[in-house]
Parts: sequence; structure tokens; C-alpha cells
Amino acid sequence: MTEPIPPLAVSSNQPRGAAALAVRMRDVAKIFGSVVANRGASLEVARGEIHALVGENGAGKSTLMRILAGTYAPNGGTVDVADASGQLRDVTGWDTGQAIDAGVGMVHQHFMLVPPLTVAENVVLGREPRNGPVLDRDAAIRAVRELSERTGLAVHADRPVAELSVGEAQRVEILKTLYRGARILILDEPTAVLSPIEVRQLWDVLRTLRAQGGTIVLITHKLDEVMDVSDTITVMRAGETVARMRTRDTSPREIARAMVGREVTLVDDLSLAATRGAGVRERGDAGVRERGGLLLELRDLRVDTPRRRSVVDGVGFGIAAGEILGIAGVEGNGQTELVEAIAGLTAVASGSIRLGGDEIGGLSVRARGDAGLSHVPEDRHRRGLVLDYSIADNLILGRQHHFGGLRLDADRILEHARQHIVEFDIRPTDPALPARALSGGNQQKIVIAREMGRDFRVLLASQPTRGVDVGAIEFIHDRIRRARDEGKAVLLVSADLAEILALSDRIAVMYGGRIAALMPRSEASAESLGPYMTGAAGERAA
Amino acid sequence: MTGTEAIVPPAPPTSAQPDSAPPVRAGRVTEALLPPLVAILIALVVGDLLILTFGQSPAEVYRVLLAGTWGNAYGIGQVLYKATTLTFTGLAVALGIRAGLFNIGAEGQLAAGGFVAAVIGLLVPAATPGVVAALVCTLGAAGGGGVVGAVPGVLRARFGAHEVITTIMLNFVVLALLGWIVSAHLHVPESLHTPEIRSGAVTRLSDIFPVFHGSAANLTLLLALAAAAGVGWYLFRTRRGYELRAVGLQPDAAEYGGVDVAGVRWRALALSGALAGLGGVNFVLGYKHYYEEGFATGAGFLGIAVALVGRNNPWGVVVAALLFATLSQGGLAVNALVPKQMVEVLQAVVILAVATAVPSVRHAVRTAAAGLVRTGAKRS
Repeated sequence: MTEPIPPLAVSSNQPRGAAALAVRMRDVAKIFGSVVANRGASLEVARGEIHALVGENGAGKSTLMRILAGTYAPNGGTVDVADASGQLRDVTGWDTGQAIDAGVGMVHQHFMLVPPLTVAENVVLGREPRNGPVLDRDAAIRAVRELSERTGLAVHADRPVAELSVGEAQRVEILKTLYRGARILILDEPTAVLSPIEVRQLWDVLRTLRAQGGTIVLITHKLDEVMDVSDTITVMRAGETVARMRTRDTSPREIARAMVGREVTLVDDLSLAATRGAGVRERGDAGVRERGGLLLELRDLRVDTPRRRSVVDGVGFGIAAGEILGIAGVEGNGQTELVEAIAGLTAVASGSIRLGGDEIGGLSVRARGDAGLSHVPEDRHRRGLVLDYSIADNLILGRQHHFGGLRLDADRILEHARQHIVEFDIRPTDPALPARALSGGNQQKIVIAREMGRDFRVLLASQPTRGVDVGAIEFIHDRIRRARDEGKAVLLVSADLAEILALSDRIAVMYGGRIAALMPRSEASAESLGPYMTGAAGERAA
Repeated sequence: MTGTEAIVPPAPPTSAQPDSAPPVRAGRVTEALLPPLVAILIALVVGDLLILTFGQSPAEVYRVLLAGTWGNAYGIGQVLYKATTLTFTGLAVALGIRAGLFNIGAEGQLAAGGFVAAVIGLLVPAATPGVVAALVCTLGAAGGGGVVGAVPGVLRARFGAHEVITTIMLNFVVLALLGWIVSAHLHVPESLHTPEIRSGAVTRLSDIFPVFHGSAANLTLLLALAAAAGVGWYLFRTRRGYELRAVGLQPDAAEYGGVDVAGVRWRALALSGALAGLGGVNFVLGYKHYYEEGFATGAGFLGIAVALVGRNNPWGVVVAALLFATLSQGGLAVNALVPKQMVEVLQAVVILAVATAVPSVRHAVRTAAAGLVRTGAKRS
């Protein structure tokens, strides 16, 4: 711990005393096996405020909130929650049922909905209005509509959840929690799956709930969200609470410093500077920098999946040497399938993929790699790493045939690992450690080191900084820019618009499996891209 | 490659991982040894209770059990003989699990291997040098088991048919087919076995050390040790082994790493079948010199227990095979005091205890179960 934690500004400013607190967690510890998720974590949330709980990935935010919601029992410390009369009661170690009864509800990152059931049925599940022994459907729909109007959470009460967009499914999750009587609402990274417009709508809902006396804890690591919507901020680092501040008295830079424990360059600073053309490389349409020929070229690419036809629906573009093409869009609009098709992991229905002029559409994954294609996959836990393999073994995944024919050359693998661990600053530095033992940021550095620490011509970078701490984001962005400057072609796919804006030379928006817009960086902004991301604007060619 | 990382069981998923990694290797040895030891301890306690219900003294029963197995050369020989077959079937199952495949067909693969070895032994000219004949018969055993293993492998690779179902069903097909061939065409009158092989018998241990007189132990046990070493080398030192384990741990990551996942799967099952088939050599070439229906009934299924207790590590499999062989042989020794089925109960308790206590085993069982559910869901 570096900075002292100031007393909670809110309670010291307004003479409300302990009774005004909705939640008080003190000195909470939580240990999983040999991993310490929380220690000395504390949190004070005043009633009727929007409280942002921020920290890097792995800082222990979700764990702390799951303790509050009763999913985990803490190994130490106390948890107090205000009851209906506003009196704090010790609830340390309660279970989820008790938490729900006491009005504490958590909306998780992964939805827990039953897809074939309707919105109303999902919302009332477990507390159904009954008409004798059977579910009273009309009453359920009425209740949901009433709640929906009161909170501004717009949903179609009678539609099956399976047909909903991600944003609407999330609203259903929130409604479900509120229906169960939540007065204290915990949201775990709610904006990861939302378009900018949906994010703004969510903020409106949270403000409405606050006005109605609700208390909200928002887990996030996005600083712009914190500044937009929160009243108070608690910062966690490495399982501990390291700072507490009032939003209006602080700045993103100060929060970032508390999160990481040192000065960092923020993505927003860069994208802002890039827009203004102040100091940072100005790039984009005018061809400020000379570009080489097309290294990656797609023509009329179509991909069908067993579940859905035309997930990628006639996509074509080219990326020149020394160029980063960013693909923005709400997740689930075909970006995943597009990248996997280029990488050879998903079959292509029709169309062509050329790498440096050569058709690679028919090649195996291995042959594409040897042809100079590097791929940072969006899901490092599923695709990018064999979690139980050592760092050294993970650093050769996909390149194993270059490390021996029959017998793998253990010495070369170790030497290769040592080199990459130093060059890409992977910590801890022991090549024999399993990848599972590393933090998210360092796991991603293994992937980055493997894919970028070798000869390649084209890089597919899919959500390269998802779930990665601020310090590692800076590092990864640096490497991607450097690859571009070395004359590689980069296809960057990210759900994080700030990242797209900060890195790309040209920006495409994917919607419904098609390229809805393709524009130079200089013409793009969150506002101009937003309509394309939701399909509100028609298609627009470059 | 370090060759050791795979022994570490998957850690429970954690929502938070601090930058300083947990001390993984310090606890590795205890982590590897403790659960099986605890499992055996639990089995002993349950055994004590069982023995007491038969009105016997546990100490006495265990004394007799040890005296009848490790207490004399004949007993040791019998344990080694049984452990040899179990090592092969245990290695077969372990190799499958390393590739994420649950081979429950070792029973049929073992029989097929023994049968092919016996038939080749019948076909070779009597004048063939013993070593050459033994070599050909051994290759035949591996081939026989391998073909039986390859069938579910190809079914999985081509059609996605789950190997748990296909391997278990193929057991019945193979055993029935062999039973028919032997009884209809090949048997010696008044018996259920084939004629003796003309050449290729493997030297008995008692031919070298007369003290083992009467026991079935033979030099096939060297082949078993070589197989364990070979499997260890293959899994942890070769590129194919690297790819096979990647497929077993995370098929999606293996696919991303350019591995032909379907190809690895069918080859792994074929190899697994070949290992089980080699177990037939022990009986056919080393002991009776003919194929007999049911010559090793249960050894294939027990191979699953051996692999689980041995934690899918080749040398762990050897140790576990010795343990189960001791229990099995000991059952005969204590038969006068308690029913020999008591030992089977002990084996079952060991398996149950290991299956619940060892994370990697739980993981393997869960993976197989999840795969089955997925297959079932696809069919319906």
C-alpha cells in the first residue's frame, strides 16, 4: 500500500454518520488455495449513491463483491449491510439467499437467463406470481412492464430471451435483480457488451434508480465510465483497497495512478491527442506516411456457422504494409468468425483471403502461420494458451514444428523462452511456471510474445487488451504500433472504441456480419461510429 | 518442455490472480503423492471394518495378505505377472486420458491383442527362431489391439461419436467375435482355447531364477517397463506428445496451435489400443502359449483404476499396477480368513477415494462426462 486511504469524503462532508452507509466492509480477506484474492480490502458505500469500484484485472474487485452478495464467505474481516430501517447489521459470511432477502443483488458479467423462456418468465423466476398452482402469466407481464416503466429499463416482456440483443438481455438481468427487491445493486463490468448508446441508456437507468433511493456499486476498469456516472470511487490493487475518492475531486490520471501504482499513459490521452493532432503522430486518410502494397486482402468473404448462415456476409477489404485497420462494433456481429476464418480456424463458405498476394484460404492453420500470419486470439484462456502448459511450452504453441521433428529440443525451447520473457517483460520470469499461475496481463504477454516475437507479415489482434491491466495495455499498444512501423499489416478487432480510435489508421464498423462503414481515422469519433454500430445508419463505403 | 508440468493438476479457477505466482513447485511432490496415499489409507480403514465384521483380526488378515504376495518368491512372481498385464492396460487408459479420451475398451483390445499373437504363433513355421517369432507375435498383438482402438478413434474423428460409448460397446463385439472364432474354428477339443503356438514363447522368470518356480511371471514384464518408459518419452519429450497433451488439455488451443485435433484423437486411441493389445503377450507368449477365452477378464477395466491411481503418469501407472496386482493376488491368499471378494471391495474403495480426492482425476471424469452429455445432446 502506497497512499493512505482518506476518510470517506461523502460521509465527512455531509453529517450523516454511520447510519447513512448502505455497505461497510472492513479488512476483508479471501484466499483461494495459494492465491490471495483479497486482503485488507475495505469498502464503504453511502446510501443512494453510485459507487465505482475500480482496479486492474485481478485486483480482487469481483471477489469482494461476490463476498458482499453472499457467493463467497470471507476468510477474514467483517461485512455490514444496512437493513430496511437503515441500521447497519453484521452479515459476514451470509449466503446468496440471505443477501437477496436483505435487498442485495448482483448482476454478473455472464448472464444467467433461460433462453427459451420469455423476458417476464425470466424476471419472475423463483418468485412467480401464481394463479393457484400455475404461473399467472398476465400478472408476471404486468409486473415486469410496471417495473420497466418505473426504472426506464426498456424490454419486451413477452419475447423469448433467446431473441434478445445482448443489451436487452442485460436489462432483463437488472430487472430480475430489482424484481427480487434489490435496494443495493452490484453491476460487474456491465458495459463490456454494450454499444456507446446502450451505455448512455444504462447510465440514465442507474441515475433513475439512484433518484429513487437505490444504491449502486459499479465494478469497472474503464476510467471514462467512472468519471461519467459515479459519485464516489474506491480503488483496489492486488487485493487491497488503496484509495477512496470523490469523483468530482479527482481525474482519470489520478485514478489510473492509484490503480497501477505508477504513472501511465492513458489510451484516452493518446486518442485525444491524435484527434487534435497535438504532438502524437498524426496518421490517416491523407497518406501521411508512405504505405506499401496490400499484405492482407479479403474479397467477398462469407462464413456460415452450424447455427447461423452468413455470420460473415460478404466482407472485403485490404490492409497495406504499415497500416492498422481497426474493426469496431458491438460484439457478436461477426468479428470473431471473421478473424477465425482468416486464421483458418473456421471454414469459409466463399470468398478469398490473400496474404501478400498469395491465396491462403485453403491452407491449414499451421501453413498460414508459416506464411507469415500471426494471430492474437480474443479468448486467451480457451484458444491462446494451454493454461496447464509452462510459459516455455506456451511460447512455442503453433511453432512446435520448428523446435524439433520427432523429439522437441528442450534446450532451444528454454533458450527461446528466456529470450522472450526478457524482451516482453513476462512476470514471474520462471519459464517452467504454468501459464495458469500468471496474472491476466502477463498471460496476454505470453501470447503477444509468441505471435509478435517472430517473423510475421500480418497480425490479427483480436481484443488484444481485454482483461489486461492498465500497465500491460500500454505495453501491448506499444508493440502493435511498433509492428505497424516495421511495415506489418495489422487487423485490430476490439469492443473497446477508445482502443480502436487510439491505434487505427483506418476504421471499419461491423454490423450484422457486414462492414457497415469504413473510414479514415481522421473522420472517426465515438459519435460518428455509434450509429453504424447499432445499425441505425445505413452502410457507408470508404 | 519441462516434462513435469503435466503432473500438476489443474488449479481451481480463481477470479483473481496476483502478479506474484503461487509457489507451484514446492508443493508438487506432496500434491502428487498425498492424495493416493490418503486414498489407500481410507481403503485400509474400510478394510479393517469389513474384516471385523467377518470376526477376523485385521492385523492377521493383512499379515497373511502380505505373506502371500511379497512374502515369498512365488507370491512375488504372481504379483509381477498380474502387474505386467495391468501396466499395459493402465498405460493404454492413461495415454487416452492425456489426449482427453476415455478409452473403456481396453478389455476388448487386450483380448484382440492376445488373440492375434496366438494366431500368428500358430501360423509361423515351427523352425522359426524363438526371438523372431516372439517379435512378430508381439507386433501382431499391438496391431490387433491397435485396430480395435482405431475403430472408435476414427468414429470419433469422422462422426463425433463419443469414445466412451463406442469403446465400451466394441468390447462386447470383439469378445463375442473372438469367442465365436475360437469355439467354431480354432479350439482344442474339450477346451475353450486355441492350440499352442509353434514358436515365440517368452522366457519365464523361473527359467532364469528357479526360486520363482510355478509362478507365471515372464520377461514380458521388461516389455511393460519399456512401454512405460516409451510412453513417458513420447508424451513429454516428442512433438507429437506435446500436441497430444495439448489436445487433451485444451482442444481449442491445440487447434489454434495448428494441431490436427481429429487426427491426434484417432491416432491416440489406436496407440492406446495397441498398448492394451500388448498386454495379451503376457498370457499368450509368456504363460499358457495359447489364446483362451477370458484369459484376462477384468484386466482391461482394472486398467482404468490403475491409470487413475497412477494419475496418468507412466511410472505412476507401474506403481499402481503393482498395488492392484498385490490386492488381487492377496485376495487369493486371505481367502481362508475372509471372502476374496473383500479385496475387490478394497479395490473399489481405492478407486472411489482416488476419484474424489485427486483433482486431476476429478477433472478427467468430469471432462468425459461433459463430453458424453454433449454427444447425447447433439443426438437428441
